[in-house]
Amino acid sequence: MATIELHDVRHAFGGNPVLRGVSIEWDAGEVLALMGANGAGKSTLIKVLAGVHPLQHGRISVDGASPDPADGPQAARRLGIETVHQRIDEGVVPGLSVAENLLFERIAQGDLPAVGSLRRLLPAAREVAAGLGLDWSDAVLRGDVHELGIADQQLVLLARALSRRPKLLVLDEPTSALSGAETERLFGVIDDMRRGGVAVLYVSHRIGEIERLADRIAVLRDGSIRSEQTRPYDWQAAVRDMLGERGARELAEVHDRRGDEVALELRGVRLFAGAAPFDLELRRGEVTGVVGLLGAGKSELAMGVFGAEPFAAGTMRLGDEPYAPTSPAAAVAREVYLVPEDRAAQAMLPGWSIARTASLPFLRALSPRGVLRRGEERADGRDVIDRFDVVASSEDQGVDALSGGNQQKVVVGRWLRGQPRVMLLDEPFRGIDIGARHDLSRRVRELAAGGSAVVVLAADVDEVLEVADRVVVLAEGVPRLDARTAGVSRDLIVARMAALDGEDVA
Amino acid sequence: MALPEVDGSGAKQTAPGPDKQAVAVARPSTGAGVREFAVRYGFIAITVGLFVFFAVSEESFRQPSTLFSMLKFASVVAVVGLGVTLTMVVGGLDLSVGSVAGMSVTISAMAMVFYAQVGGVAIAVVLLAGALVGALNALLIVVLRIPDLLATLASMFVIMGLKLVPVDGQSVSSGMVLRDGSVAPGRFTPDFLAIDRAFLGPVPLPVVIVGLLAVGTWFFLNRTRWGRLMYAVGANPEAARLAGVRVGRYRALAYVLSGVFAAIGGLILSSRIGQGDISAGNSLLLDAVAVALVGTSVLGLGRPNAWGTILGAVLIGILITGLTITGFPYYGQDIVKGIVLLLALLFSFTLSRRRSRYAPAAVI
Repeated sequence: MATIELHDVRHAFGGNPVLRGVSIEWDAGEVLALMGANGAGKSTLIKVLAGVHPLQHGRISVDGASPDPADGPQAARRLGIETVHQRIDEGVVPGLSVAENLLFERIAQGDLPAVGSLRRLLPAAREVAAGLGLDWSDAVLRGDVHELGIADQQLVLLARALSRRPKLLVLDEPTSALSGAETERLFGVIDDMRRGGVAVLYVSHRIGEIERLADRIAVLRDGSIRSEQTRPYDWQAAVRDMLGERGARELAEVHDRRGDEVALELRGVRLFAGAAPFDLELRRGEVTGVVGLLGAGKSELAMGVFGAEPFAAGTMRLGDEPYAPTSPAAAVAREVYLVPEDRAAQAMLPGWSIARTASLPFLRALSPRGVLRRGEERADGRDVIDRFDVVASSEDQGVDALSGGNQQKVVVGRWLRGQPRVMLLDEPFRGIDIGARHDLSRRVRELAAGGSAVVVLAADVDEVLEVADRVVVLAEGVPRLDARTAGVSRDLIVARMAALDGEDVA
Repeated sequence: MALPEVDGSGAKQTAPGPDKQAVAVARPSTGAGVREFAVRYGFIAITVGLFVFFAVSEESFRQPSTLFSMLKFASVVAVVGLGVTLTMVVGGLDLSVGSVAGMSVTISAMAMVFYAQVGGVAIAVVLLAGALVGALNALLIVVLRIPDLLATLASMFVIMGLKLVPVDGQSVSSGMVLRDGSVAPGRFTPDFLAIDRAFLGPVPLPVVIVGLLAVGTWFFLNRTRWGRLMYAVGANPEAARLAGVRVGRYRALAYVLSGVFAAIGGLILSSRIGQGDISAGNSLLLDAVAVALVGTSVLGLGRPNAWGTILGAVLIGILITGLTITGFPYYGQDIVKGIVLLLALLFSFTLSRRRSRYAPAAVI
C-alpha cells in the first residue's frame, strides 16, 4: 500500500468545481512533482491536503489513516502533512522574533512558554534552524522576522515544517523567492528527506527544478490528473498535457532588434547608498532584459525609474528632457509605466472587479469630465480578458476569486495598452503558465516594435532570454554585463549574476 | 502554522451581480440563500419592519409630520456621517467631526450674536472653518504622517477646547451680557433659524439638504473618477500609488470634505438649538461613526457607502422616535444605538460569507 493516497478528491467553490476527482498515490521517500497551468487546481489541491479547505468529497490517507475533516489544518498536521505555502506572509508572524517564528507551533500549542526570556528559546530555535543547515547567529534569531529578507523568511517556514518530522511535505513553488545558492541548499534538504523516507509533493512551474528533483511527475489540468511520468521525462508531452488543446510551442527564437534612439538615459545612478554609480541607456524599439538575483537591485532600478522610490543618487533624461519623477503619477504622466513585482501588495485591490482593477491606471481616459463611462470601462475589462485569456466568468468577477496566474494576467495586461515611452515589467511572468508566458512575451515584443523602450526584469535567465534583445546583468546594484542576447551565452550570464564586488567585470 | 483565510483560488465570492446569483443557484441549501438574503436586505427589512410596527401600534406615529420630524431628527447625524463615510472610504476615520460640528455651533452663534452678522455670513464663516479643520487634519495625516485616528483624536481635543476660549466657556445666546458688561449686539437671524425650520412643500429643509448631499456624495463616490480613486486608496494605498494615483491628494480631499460636512451638520444643529450651546455636538461623533459603520453592512456591500450611511441614520432615527413615543426613557437611547451597531456588525462580519473589507481596527 502506498504511503500517501488521494482518492477521487473533489472540491468546488460556490457551484464552481475546481477539483473534479483527483486520484494519485505515492510512497515514502518519493518526490512527486505536480505540474499544472494557472487555474488547474494546484493551489486548491494543496489547501485541501493541508486541511485549510475541508475535504468535500473523496478520501485522503497517510499510512492508512485519514484526517478528520472537521478538524481542519490540525488534523492534517497530526497525520504528518506539513505544507509550505507559496505566500510567505501567510506563514510568518510579524512582530515576533525569528526564534519565536521557528518555534511558533510549539509555542502556540503550549509546549514552550509564550512569555519568558527569548534566551531560553534560543537553543531550541537553533536546533530547528540547523535542521535546514542554517547556521544563524543569536543576533539573527533574536531579530524581528521581518528584518530577514524574503528568501530567509521562506527558509524559516521550511525549517519549521521540517522540525515536525513530517511524513508528507508539500512545497508550493518554494523557490520563487530563493537565489541560486539558496535553491541548491533547499534541494540538498529535499534529497536528505527523500533518503529519510519523507514523501514530498513538489509544486512548481520550473522544469529545470523538477528535472533535478522529481522521482515522478503528475500533470493536473482542469481539476484532474491528466498524466503521470517516470524518468526519463518527456517534457514536450508534459507541457502538452498541461496546456491541453492549446499545445506546446517551441521556444521562441532569439530576438535581436536594435533600438536606435535613446529613450531613457541614467547618469551616475546608485541603486543602493553604498553601491558604485553607473550609467545606462534604454533605447526605443528594444526589449532590455535585466537579470539579477534577489537583492541585486532590479526592483530598486524599476521603482526608481518609475518615481516610486528615489535612487540613492543619479539623474535621468527622458528623450531630450530632464526626467526626475517624484511620484508614479508623474512617471505615468510622462508615459513611463511599471508593472510592479509583488502582485498582492502592489497591484491587487481586495474586492475589486476585473474591469475596475484593469481600468485604474488609465481612469482619466474613461472619465473625460470626471464622470466615469462605465460601459466603456467594462468593454476595456472584457478586452483584457480576451487578449490575455483570463479564465473568468465575466469582467465583473472579483479579482480575489481568480487564480494567481489569472490575477497576474489582469494586473500585467492592464498596462499593456497604448504605446508608452518606457514600459518596465518587474517579474511579469511570476506564477503564470508557459502558454500565458508566450502570449505576454509576444505583447511585449509588439510594444517594442511599436517604438517603446521595454525593460523586463526577472531572476529567471530563461524568461529574459526568451523575450529580450539585450541582457543587462545586475549584481549588488551594479550592471555586470550588458550584451546582445544573440551574442551571449547563458553560462556567462549566470556567472555574472553571481559576481561579487571587486571581481573582474570586463 | 496558522493560515489566515486568504485564498487566491476562489473561496471568497466577492463579485457582485450575476456571480452572486450563480452562487445562490448552485447552492441548493436554503440556509445559505437565507443568509445571503439576510446579509443584503436584512437591514432594510428591519427598518421597514420597525416602521410598520410603530405605525400600527402608535397612533401619533402614523402622522406624516412624524415621519418628517423623524427624518429631520436624523438629518444632523446623517450629514456628519456622510463626512465620516468619505474618510472611511480612503481607509481612515475622522474623529474630529463631533467637535467640528460643536465648533460650528459656537462660531455661527458668535458671528450673529457677537458681531451682528447676517445668517449668510455665519454660514460662510462656518463652512470655511470646517474646511480649514479638514485641511489641518489632512496636513497632520498626509504631510506629517500621523496615523488617521491619532491625528484626528488630537485635533478633536484641540478644537473642543479652542472653541471655549473666545466665549469664556459660556453658551452664546441672543441678548447675553458680554465680558465688558455690554449687551451682545446681535441675535440669531430669522434666515439662519429658517435652516432648520423652513419647509419645501411638506418636507423640512434639513431633510432636503441631506437628500441633496446624499445624492451628491453617492454620485461622487460611485460615478466619478475622484470617488473611484478614493476607494482605490482605501482598498490598497500602495497599489493605488503604483497605478499612478496621487494618494495624498485624495486622502486630503476626504478630510477636507469631512470637515465641511461636519460644519454643515453643525449649522443645522445651531439653527435647531437657536443658541450657541457649548455642549452641542458632543455626542455626534459616536453617532456619526456608528451610522457610517452600520452603513458598511447594509446592502451587504462590505464597504463604506453613501446610501448605507443614510439608511443607518434613518434606522436609528425611526428607532429613537418610535421608542420615545412609546414612552421609552431617553437615557435608554444609547443602548438602542449600541444594539443596532452590534447587529450591523453581526451582519457584516459574522453572517456574511466574505469577510468585511472594512475593519476599523486596521486603521491604526
